[in-house]
Parts: sequence; structure tokens; C-alpha cells
Amino acid sequence: MIKITTPIDEATARSLKAGDQVLINGIIYTGRDAAHKRMFDALKAGQELPVDLRDQIIYYVGPCPAKPGQVIGAAGPTTSGRMDAYTPTLIREKYLRGMIGKGGRSPEVIKAMRDIGTVYFLAIGGAGALLAQRIKKATVVAYEDLGPEAIYCLVVEDFPVIVGIDCQGNNLYTIGRSQYRQL
Amino acid sequence: MKEINVQDVIPVVERLCIESCTLLGEDWWQAIDQAIAREESTIGRDILSQLKENARLAATTSSAICQDTGIAVIFVELGQDVRLTGGNLYDAINEGVRRGYTKGYLRKSVLNDPLIRKNTGDNTPAIIHTHIVNGDFLKITVAPKGAGSENVSGVKMLKPSEGVEGIKRYVLQMVEEAGGNTCPPTLVGVGIGGDLEEVALLAKKALLRPLLQRHPLPHIAQLEEELLTMINKTGIGPQALGGRITALDVHIEVYPTHIACLPVAVNFQCHAVRHAEAVL
Ligand code: SF4
Repeated sequence: MIKITTPIDEATARSLKAGDQVLINGIIYTGRDAAHKRMFDALKAGQELPVDLRDQIIYYVGPCPAKPGQVIGAAGPTTSGRMDAYTPTLIREKYLRGMIGKGGRSPEVIKAMRDIGTVYFLAIGGAGALLAQRIKKATVVAYEDLGPEAIYCLVVEDFPVIVGIDCQGNNLYTIGRSQYRQL
Repeated sequence: MKEINVQDVIPVVERLCIESCTLLGEDWWQAIDQAIAREESTIGRDILSQLKENARLAATTSSAICQDTGIAVIFVELGQDVRLTGGNLYDAINEGVRRGYTKGYLRKSVLNDPLIRKNTGDNTPAIIHTHIVNGDFLKITVAPKGAGSENVSGVKMLKPSEGVEGIKRYVLQMVEEAGGNTCPPTLVGVGIGGDLEEVALLAKKALLRPLLQRHPLPHIAQLEEELLTMINKTGIGPQALGGRITALDVHIEVYPTHIACLPVAVNFQCHAVRHAEAVL
């Protein structure tokens, strides 16, 4: 188990290999469909982003509402592929260093990850209750009008992820599947 | 003739929405233990154990197993000796969904229109399937359906000449293409027969049968076993990161069909095998 604390620099990102189990500490930002579209449009229009993504990690999540006394409701990953159209821009222009989600990524995203040194982490899809327990604080930092799709800053402790695609483009989905395939 | 006031349906649906999103059945706990025992991949076993821990946490804190608490799919069995009073049954069911998703702090994921795409804010309307049966009872099953596993489900109208082999090929192709989007290990629901809409409904109904239970017809039970073995040889594994356990089970439901038809449908249910039922 490897522990990392955000922000992470390029060298740290490049040292992680597909299949590594990692515990993330520090802050991470949430962002899914609507927030990505808005950030992308802002960059296209030559505007600045409301948060500095350099060396930071974005978590693709749309949590359940928090019950009284809870920091956040169930908060597992959503399918990353829907963010693929926007991700290369965030990596190349803003040096986004990591993403957490589930499912595969497009060749364009992987190319940007290799060029800049960005890691794609996987959190367990559907383990929302477990993952929510590792989130200690959740504050809206941008696009509040988007409700559950707003950008939140999360303080996490030992947030468990697996390196899905590393900075060399090694993909755990393909490696793992071929290892156990019997057809 | 028995009278049922639909106002009494509201609190029942409310409870079932919360229960189904926070509690998994006995059968699930048995199936996950069996999966952990059989999984060969270390990461795979780790993931399965974490899913178990997740389910335990959700149950003890009465919080959602997964944040995608779905669109509420509701099956109604209405005994024909029942007279409904006190309003419209579907309005009552939707009111129950509204209250359940709000009071249970469940995520509201339903949009008013597929193109305008504005959130209705209370997870209504539900998708309701009604069957008229013998008797004087009203049975309600709530089965919340998340998008990850629904989006990679599908229907195919096979040629009858493609037969069982065609069915196996289609199911396997669907499993391979779905990969990790279904949050494996899954329950694979398969419908065979009927027509276009009936076969899709069969596949969905197949997800309601308890895990590790075979179909009563021997040739269908055998096909379930064969498909399960095949699916678990794909190597996809837990969360599609490689391993033995891609599916916890395969359930098939069948219905008579036309001489020129062989419809087949696959409906995936992610590891969060959620449903709860009650009889009034
Ligand atoms: S597929 Fe199921 S477990 Fe996975 S995110 Fe969707 S609802 Fe949750």
C-alpha cells in the first residue's frame, strides 16, 4: 500500500504503476459532467478556472445528500469516459495530475497523461458508503448552482484507490483481463 | 372482494425505497462469500471484501450502498379480487418514491424529459409495471436501477436458426463490451422469447430472483450454468481488473414466442443487487 499526499508532483505521479494500491491523503476536488463542461468552456473562452488544478486530483463523483451529522452521503466513482472530451485540455493546459473514476479512458486522454505525467486512479464502483467514510470534510468551492455537480473540495484520509492507467500508459484493465482469461 | 386504500401504499413504498438502497438480501451475503472463496486474483479478493465491508457499513448506518440510487423501477402484482380506493394507485406509488428518496437522503437522478434534461428533484416518476394476478392482495417490489449497468444492457432479435449458440454469443459479447461499466461482479439477467418489449421486461424480472437460485425448467437451469461458467472465463473479474468472478450469477426468464422470432435481452445488475418487496 502506497501513501501519497496531495498536491503530487510529476515525479511522484510517474513513480506509480498500474496495479499499485494507493491511499490518498490531503485535498481532492470533485467534478463530473456539468462542471467539466463549464471548465472546458471557460478555458476555450480564455477565462481562468475557479480552482487551480496544478498537481491536483479530480474525483468524478456525484454523491448522495449528507444526512444530519454526516460529512457527505455515499460517494463512489462515476464512469470516467463521459469526461474524456474535456480531460486532455485540463491535463495539458492546467497540469491536472490525477483523476479518480471507474471504467476506461480514450486514447487522447492516455496520450495527454503520458505527455504530462498524469495518473488515472480507480475507486471501487458502488462502494459509496465505504468511500464516504474516508472523506472528512466537504466544501463547495465553485459552481454552487450545479448542486450535487458543483466542484467540492474534499479533505480525505487514506482514501483507497488503485492505479488503473499509469503515466506510461499501462492499463490494468487489459493487463488484468488477459491474465485470467480462459476463453 | 378486499378493499385496499391506496393511501396505505405510500408509507410502504417509502420504506421499500430506503430499504432497497441500504440493505442487501441474505442471498447477496452468501453469494459474496462464495465469490471471495473462489476468486484467484489478490486485487479481486480485496475488492470483493471491500464490497462486503461497504454493504455492512451501509446497513449499519442506513445509508446508500451506492450513490447512484437509480430510477425506481416498481413491479406491482394486483390481485383481481382487490378493489382500490382512496385515489390513484400510481399517484400513491410516486408519492411513496418522493418521500422515500427525500427522507432516506437518496440521490435524485430522474430528469423531466430525455432531451430537456431538468432534474425533477424528487426522483419521480417511477417506472411501474403492473400485472393482474389471482387473489386479493397487492404485492409491490421496488428495484432501484442505476445507470452504469443499465446503459450497457441491450436487446437483439436473433434469427431462430441461430439457436442456443446465438444466445450464448450475444450474452458473451454484451458482457465483454460492458467491461467495468457494470461495476462487476454482476448479476446477468437474460430474457429469451416473447417479442421486443416483452423480452426486455423478462431480462429485468430475471434480476429479482434470489442469487444462487436456478430456473425451475431443467434446460433453462442448465443454460444458466453454462452461461455463468463462460462469463467467468472472460477474465474480466471484480471491477474488471482481472479475475475469476465476473458474474455472481446468471438468471434467465423465458416466454413463448412467434415461429419466426428468437428475441434475447441482457439486463445487467451491478453488485449492488437492490430490491425489496412487501405484500398488502
Ligand atoms: S453500476 Fe451499480 S454499483 Fe456501479 S455506480 Fe451504478 S448503481 Fe452504483
